[in-house]
Amino acid sequence: MDFFLELFVNGLLTGVLYALIALGLVLIYKASSVLNLAVGEMALLASFVVALAANFGAPSWLAILAGVVVMVAFGYFVERLAFRPLIGQPVISLIMATVGIALFLRGIYFILSNKWPVYLVDLGLPVDSLNLGPVSLLSSSVVGGLVALLLFGLVGYIYARTRTGLALRAVSDNQTVALSLGISIDHLWAVVWIGAGLVALVSGIVWGQRIGVQFGIAILGLKGLPVVFLGGLDSMVGALLAGIFIGVAENVVAGYLDPLIGGGTKEFLPFFIMLIALWVRPYGFFGREIIERV
Amino acid sequence: MIYRETGVHHTTYRTDMALFRVPLARWSVAGLLVVAVVIPFFATDYWFSAILIPFLTFTIATLGLNLMTGYAGQVSLGHAAFIAVGGYTATILLIYDIPFLAAVVLGGLMAALVGLVFGIPSARIKGLYLAMATLAAQFVLPWAISRVVPLVVPTGLAVAGGDTVYPPRPNLFGLEIDSLFERYFVSLAILVVMTVFAMNLVRTRVGRAWVAIRDHDVAAKILGVNITHYKLLAFAIGSFYAGVSGALMVFFYYGVAHVGEFNLDLSLKLLGAIIIGGLGSIIGSFFGTAFIILLPIFLNISLTFLGNAAGFQVSSGIIAGIENIVFGALVVVLLIVEPLGLAKFWQNVKDYFRLWPFSY
Repeated sequence: MDFFLELFVNGLLTGVLYALIALGLVLIYKASSVLNLAVGEMALLASFVVALAANFGAPSWLAILAGVVVMVAFGYFVERLAFRPLIGQPVISLIMATVGIALFLRGIYFILSNKWPVYLVDLGLPVDSLNLGPVSLLSSSVVGGLVALLLFGLVGYIYARTRTGLALRAVSDNQTVALSLGISIDHLWAVVWIGAGLVALVSGIVWGQRIGVQFGIAILGLKGLPVVFLGGLDSMVGALLAGIFIGVAENVVAGYLDPLIGGGTKEFLPFFIMLIALWVRPYGFFGREIIERV
Repeated sequence: MIYRETGVHHTTYRTDMALFRVPLARWSVAGLLVVAVVIPFFATDYWFSAILIPFLTFTIATLGLNLMTGYAGQVSLGHAAFIAVGGYTATILLIYDIPFLAAVVLGGLMAALVGLVFGIPSARIKGLYLAMATLAAQFVLPWAISRVVPLVVPTGLAVAGGDTVYPPRPNLFGLEIDSLFERYFVSLAILVVMTVFAMNLVRTRVGRAWVAIRDHDVAAKILGVNITHYKLLAFAIGSFYAGVSGALMVFFYYGVAHVGEFNLDLSLKLLGAIIIGGLGSIIGSFFGTAFIILLPIFLNISLTFLGNAAGFQVSSGIIAGIENIVFGALVVVLLIVEPLGLAKFWQNVKDYFRLWPFSY
C-alpha cells in the first residue's frame, strides 16, 4: 500500500506539471485552432535562457526577467512572422508550421548549449526531500506543483473576469462573429502566443528544476498532447484533470508493470491512453464537439 | 519536363489516356531513366551510400506519405513507425529464408495491415485528431516492436536488447545483392515500379475520390463517395509504401534493423519533405526527398569550407544546429510563400516555357 501511495502522489505531482504543458497548448488552440507542437521546445528555450542567465551570475529575479523578456519577444515574433500570414491555411499547414518552429528552436538550443553548456536551473529553491508519513517527496516538485496550480488559477481568472478574457472566449466561440463585433484577432493571437510563452517559461523552470536543463524537456512537450486530447482540446479544466489522470496512470502502471516487461511503459502508456480516447470519445471529456456542414 | 502540346493530336483513346501524352515528355522521362542508369558508373562509394541509395529508398516512403497526406488529406505523424514495421517484418522473413522480393512485398503488406488498424479512427475523426492517432502509432509501435522482435528472432541474431537485428544478405533469383552497385539497381527498379503505380493510381477512381475527400470530406460523402473505404485505402497504400521502403532501408541503406532510426524525427522530416517538395504531387516527393538528403550534406560542406576560410573549426554540433534552423525556417517560409512547394515552382517554370516566347 505504501508503494502504491508513493507512486500515486508522485504521479499526482508529475501530472500537474503535464497539465502545465497542456495549458500552453489549450491557450493557443482556444484562440486560434492551432495545435502547437513546439510547446516542448518553447519550454526548453525558456529554461535554457533562465539557467544561462543564472549561470552568468544574475540573481534569480533577473534570470527570470530575462526569461520573460525572451519569451514575450518570441511569442510576439512567432505570431507576427509565422502565424498571421498563415490565416486561412489548412490544419496540416498550421501543424507543420509549429513543427518548423520546433526544429528552429532545437537548432538554436543545439548551438547555444554547444557554446555554453548549462544543466541546472538554480534559483535557490529548496532541494531537500519532504517526508509525509510513508511518502517522501522532493520539495522542489511540491513547489512546482503549487506554482502550476496557481498559474491555472490565474489563467482561469483572466478568462472569466477580464476584458481580454471575454474577447478570448468570444473568439473561441466563433471567430467570424467576434471579428465583426470589432474584436482584433491579430491582437488576441499575439496575446495568446505571449501567454503561451510565459506558461512555457514557468513549465521550463519547473521541469528544469526537476530533470535538469536538457533536451528531454523538448520531448516532454509531446506528453502534453495525450493530456489535451484526453481532456478536450479547448478545455482548461479538462487539461488539469487529464494531466493528473495521465500522470498518476503512467506512474502507477509503470511502477507495477516495468519490472515485468522491462521498462519503457512511461513512454508509451500516455499515447496508448490517447489512442483509446480518440477511438471512444474523439473530443475528449470536456471538449466541444465540432458539427460540420457543407 | 519542359514541352509543348502544339501539334500533338490524339486520335485514339489509347494515346489520349497515356501517362505521358506528349512525345517530348516521353523522351525526357526516358532520358531521365538513362541518366539514372548511367550515374552509378561514375559514382563513388560516398555518393552511393550518402546520396543515391538513401534517395531511392526514402523516396518510396515520401511517395506513400504524399499519397496519404497530399492526395487523401490524412495527415500522418507516424510514418516512420510504419517504415519500421515493414523493415523488421522483411528482415525477420529473410532470416526464415523467404525470398527477397517476397519478403519486401510481405513487409509492405504487414505495414499496410498495421497502418489500416491505426487508420480505423479516421472513420470518426479527422485533421488534427487523426494526426494524433498516427502520432500514437509513433510511440506505441516502436515499443511493441522492441517487445515482439526478440520473441520471433532466433537467439544470436538479435543484439542490444533484442531490437537490433542484422538481416542476412538478400539474394534475387540466386544472385546475391551485395555491392553498392547492385543495391542501387534493385532499389531503382522497385522505385520505378512504385512511382508508375502511384502516378496511375492518382488518376483513377481511387485518386479522384481521395482528392475529393481531401478537399471536403462531407461534400464528397454527399456526392456518394464511400469516405471510410477510401480513407482506409489511403492508410493501407501509404503504409504499404512505407513498409516497402522500410525493407529497402534496412537491407540496403542502414544494413541493420534498429528501432531507434525510425523515430518521430524521421516522421517529421518526411512530412517536412513532402511539404517542401509539394503536397499532392508525385514529382514533389522526389524534390522533397532530394532536399532533405542534400541539405545536410550541402550545409556540412559549405560550413566546413567557410569555417576553414575564416580560420576556425566548425564543430558537428553547430552544423546539426544550423541544419535544424535552416530546415525549420524553410518549412515555415515555404508554407507562407508557396504552400504547394518546390513542385509548384517547377510547374511555374514549365508553364512559362510552354508558351515562350509568346505571353499567351
